[in-house]
Amino acid sequence: MSQKLVVDWIKCDAHGICAELLPEWIRLDDWGYPVIDEREIPAALMAHARRAVTACPTLALRLDKVRAAGGKR
Amino acid sequence: MSRRPLRHTPAPRIAGPVGLPRLLAAPCRDHAEHLARYGPLPALHSRAERAGLIAEVEASGLRGRGGGAFPTGRKLRAVADGGRSPVVVANCAEGEPASHKDSVLVRRAPHLVIDGAVVAASAVGAETIHFVVDRADGQARAALAHAIAERGAEMARPDAWRIVEVPSRYVAGEESALVNFLNGNEARPVTVPPRPYERGVRGKPTLVQNVETLADVALIARYGAAWFGAMGTKDQPGSVLATVVGAVGRPGVYEFEGGATFTDVLAAAGGSLADLGAILVGGYFGTWLDPADAAKLSLAQGVLQRAGATLGCGVVAALPSECCGVAETARVARYLASESAGQCGPCVHGLDAVAGALEALTAGHATAGTLADLDRWLGDIEGRGACHLPDAAVGFVRSARRVFAADFQQHEQRRVCAHARRPGVLPLPDPATREWSFR
Repeated sequence: MSQKLVVDWIKCDAHGICAELLPEWIRLDDWGYPVIDEREIPAALMAHARRAVTACPTLALRLDKVRAAGGKR
Repeated sequence: MSRRPLRHTPAPRIAGPVGLPRLLAAPCRDHAEHLARYGPLPALHSRAERAGLIAEVEASGLRGRGGGAFPTGRKLRAVADGGRSPVVVANCAEGEPASHKDSVLVRRAPHLVIDGAVVAASAVGAETIHFVVDRADGQARAALAHAIAERGAEMARPDAWRIVEVPSRYVAGEESALVNFLNGNEARPVTVPPRPYERGVRGKPTLVQNVETLADVALIARYGAAWFGAMGTKDQPGSVLATVVGAVGRPGVYEFEGGATFTDVLAAAGGSLADLGAILVGGYFGTWLDPADAAKLSLAQGVLQRAGATLGCGVVAALPSECCGVAETARVARYLASESAGQCGPCVHGLDAVAGALEALTAGHATAGTLADLDRWLGDIEGRGACHLPDAAVGFVRSARRVFAADFQQHEQRRVCAHARRPGVLPLPDPATREWSFR
């Protein structure tokens, strides 16, 4: 099942750990907040993505299922 | 006491009015005159009648007039299907400094707004209506309170309604912020989902509808979807309330047919596209348009969307050609940055940085990297917030980059234009009386 990374912007406090653990998919903006590739995460990066989610000190990062095409409101 | 959906008395349909005005007719003296003019509000006693009203609103093509343009029928259906005794919120908290159409509507035709809220509550099975007004808008509050008091039995149940004053903040009228406030918290947006229609006031499915939308629902309930669509275009059926401000002879709130051209809109307000530098459509979450492009466009969501714009809350602001678009954009960007609820990093830091870059450009302090920074920040900020304030600011500033491209180039080369110091055209809150609280 395909998944993507999603940030809860109210919780995110710019610790930047996610970008350290998953630089292939996450960079930081000028203020240290993550800029995340919104596409589904390739299988090869899934383990790293899960680690990034677990390591977020404010629990702001999560993995969401990618909705099937046409399922968008 | 028994808790049951709001009810009202049935009566035969009367023919709907032909042509304009639909919503902004001369004020009615009292509820009796209102009923004489519009006819009684049909009652929805049975499940079939309630489903019928929702189907009629769906068929009408009505979309929300608060800015989101979400199909109203679909929202009604989602709340009705949510079960658990829903709640209706009639939203008159405009927040947008340039917009007055909701306030004008509530003061002019409070009974039409109440009708819409009552019939929507009836359709979705809600027991309670929250009428939400801006704290600074005492007149709208008084008009609503007076009209509700006139209505007798249908609004007499103690928990049938309440009027709630919300802080005069830009994001306070946003759905999730409003629900958060009604739940006893600050009027700051919260992370969605769950959306208010799923879990809102006291955890119940909550129908948040703009008051103009509700007034249209009141008319559709009486005269039907076919009558509603007899005015306007397929894309924008019915009428549209617009606040026309800036370089026009008679700024104010006007009612237009859906799909009215901007040439007509400005002419109605005593102005013209011919001598303008730009027009802003949709409010401060809207879009600057070049007058030559605007001449081909109209008050219709689909038409505007295809041109990269939006009808938004129906603000049309005319900027005279001798005004500086960069300076105007900087003032509004600073305002939007200052209205951040302070919760999401990209909004707090990003909007401040964007406003700062625009101010530097306006003042002739730009450095070689200022424009490049600005454009990079706009790209980074988009889509990264709990609410759409950052997206609104990005869309607004990006449209300025397109429409005022030549001005931006001049300003980047530190040529301060002579107009940058003039007082602004776009209305902003008075710093002396401005509210800062979210409580």
